[in-house]
Amino acid sequence: MLSIKNLCVSIEGKEILNGINLEIKPGEIHAIMGPNGSGKSTLANVLAGREDYEITAGEITYMGEDLMEMAPEDRARKGIFLSFQYPVEIPGVPMVNFLKTAVNEHRKFKGEKPLTAGEFLKVMREKKALVEMDTELTNRSVNEGFSGGEKKKNEIFQMALLEPKLSILDETDSGLDIDALRTVAHGVNALRSKDNATIVVTHYQRLLDYIVPDHVHVLLKGRIVKSAGKELALELEEKGYDWIKKENGEQV
Amino acid sequence: MEEQDKLLNEVTQREYQYGFYTDIEMDIIEKGLNEDVVRTIWEKKNEPDFMLEFRLNAYRKWLKMEMPDWAYLKIPPIDFQAISYFAAPKKKPQYESLDEVDPELLETFNKLGIPLEEQKHLAGVAVDAVIDSVSVKTTFKETLAEKGIIFCSFSEALQEHPDLVKKYIGMAVPVGDNYFAALNSAVFSDGSFCYIPKGVRCPMELSTYFRINAANTGQFERTLIVADEGSYVSYLEGCTAPMRDENQLHAAVVEIIALDNAEVKYSTVQNWYPGDKDGKGGIYNFVTKRGVCRGVSSKISWTQVETGSAITWKYPSCILLGDNSVGEFYSVALTNHHQQADTGTKMIHIGKNTKSTIVSKGISAGVSDNSYRGLVKVLPGAVNSRNFSQCDSLLMGDKCGAHTFPYIEVGNKSSIVEHEATTSKIGEDQIFYCNQRGISTEDAIGMIVNGYAREVLNKLPMEFAVEAQKLLAISLEGSVG
Repeated sequence: MLSIKNLCVSIEGKEILNGINLEIKPGEIHAIMGPNGSGKSTLANVLAGREDYEITAGEITYMGEDLMEMAPEDRARKGIFLSFQYPVEIPGVPMVNFLKTAVNEHRKFKGEKPLTAGEFLKVMREKKALVEMDTELTNRSVNEGFSGGEKKKNEIFQMALLEPKLSILDETDSGLDIDALRTVAHGVNALRSKDNATIVVTHYQRLLDYIVPDHVHVLLKGRIVKSAGKELALELEEKGYDWIKKENGEQV
Repeated sequence: MEEQDKLLNEVTQREYQYGFYTDIEMDIIEKGLNEDVVRTIWEKKNEPDFMLEFRLNAYRKWLKMEMPDWAYLKIPPIDFQAISYFAAPKKKPQYESLDEVDPELLETFNKLGIPLEEQKHLAGVAVDAVIDSVSVKTTFKETLAEKGIIFCSFSEALQEHPDLVKKYIGMAVPVGDNYFAALNSAVFSDGSFCYIPKGVRCPMELSTYFRINAANTGQFERTLIVADEGSYVSYLEGCTAPMRDENQLHAAVVEIIALDNAEVKYSTVQNWYPGDKDGKGGIYNFVTKRGVCRGVSSKISWTQVETGSAITWKYPSCILLGDNSVGEFYSVALTNHHQQADTGTKMIHIGKNTKSTIVSKGISAGVSDNSYRGLVKVLPGAVNSRNFSQCDSLLMGDKCGAHTFPYIEVGNKSSIVEHEATTSKIGEDQIFYCNQRGISTEDAIGMIVNGYAREVLNKLPMEFAVEAQKLLAISLEGSVG
């Protein structure tokens, strides 16, 4: 589904990612872990097509196509979803309008008829139940006045509505209490299928108790320095990142 | 858009060539302005005597005045002697069907969602007999007549209801009020007159679109709305369709008089030709709009969406004379490319317990300049008065400007005046967030801008609001990325 080869990315001349290699197949869940500043969020944003980054080398293939050639909205329409670490507020734009526009853009792209207001509200009701989204929230403007936890729930709610092929969850666990964490994880698990894949970007192992990964990668200074199964996450939880830093010849 | 402008240009040029001398009854007087010209206008329009005095008085005042230079605008010199001050209404080009109309123009109409019949009207297509606009207007007039509502052209009002006009003209905007109002008072050609009798609630939104001869009323238009005791009217000016006019200078006057317990809601969508991308051409719009809440508990509400014109100089204001009267001003002003807008309001609190609300949303893009200029003045006698002002500016890109010039004068201790202001840049983050949900950048900008302006758009009558939303998006096309 997704193949990243030797990806190098810099921002304002400073190199952030330094030769990333990653293969993701349908049905898989990959966790990307690493200390602060290791480049996790950069990777997530580059995949979604954010413009602030300069790709200096490497290639990314998504479903057989060159991802770098695609505009961010086309990536989204082709099934890439980013759950934002910091979802932005858009004052005055009702959630319902925003979501309906998004859903219908996806449908248009697939050659499907746009949903009417009635049809959309029905779909929305179903998906809301999945993440226990409060109706009061969907009546507000996009993310306006949402708490940190509500914003994250709202991201997963949108993921449920858009039914992506490849979901990238960027620090979705940050700022969540344990109950919200469970709800969000439950939503993600419910959406899981053999046809779609998920990248979970996280600093802590906590979320991985609920969303169990097939592969865990450790990102350090812009490189994947270790890849293993889910047991690696537990080891990191126990020992921290220092031993990996040492292994890679870093001063700790 | 460029192509459309070119074609529109051709159309207006063509009209210009033929319009003047094919019709033998068409009157036109020599360019330039003097007392004889003012007298000639009065004569040709066969107006009552008091109007000659009104016009000459205005002209004499205008002569002694200077063009105002306090606005944050760069106004090229205007040669007032190079303008012809009287020409009978010119005909729009006539087409047999919409097929003959420039497809680009139709595309814009479609984007705006303008109904087919209205498209024909706007594009100058002969409307067929079945849905003849005249018949629509006739039914419309009959309904109004039943209620005793007068809604007609200013010329007609001067013939049919001279006493009403005499009583109220100049009450809100005296002839010597300002340079452009004085000029308008001296030479205005036509406009609209509206009178709502005591206790009558006007059953429909009054729109100049329905008034015969509404089109091409010329560059010096005058509107007078009088709402008698306990009456209500909602009045719509303009339309969202792009308007071209060969007159570069427009100096209109709008006066509203609200008597005891009367309410007037005045909504404007202004989309005149703003000039091309390099700032060439475009209309200069110098308008004086003012309402007087003369009666107790009367209310005047201005709502405007301004997207057109090269230069906009406009301050719809309320004089809150009656006790407990209410003034409102809701405005969205959008400038793109080389447009300049200096717009805002004046709320003059004179009566006791008077209230005013100002919500101004400026949007600047391209290399444009957008200023809010507002005065809130509470006189010593206006005890327990309240004002709330909110002035927001949204910037797109880093070459445009947004400016706020609020003036506040409070003459007593029991009144409360609040002013809030924000300036924000349209966020790359917001656009990317929309992109990531599959929404294109252009749609995202339309959505974000409409969200920003929602508070004002909500004040517009429903259909107007829907068109205005699309208009904002269209006006910003190509402004980012």
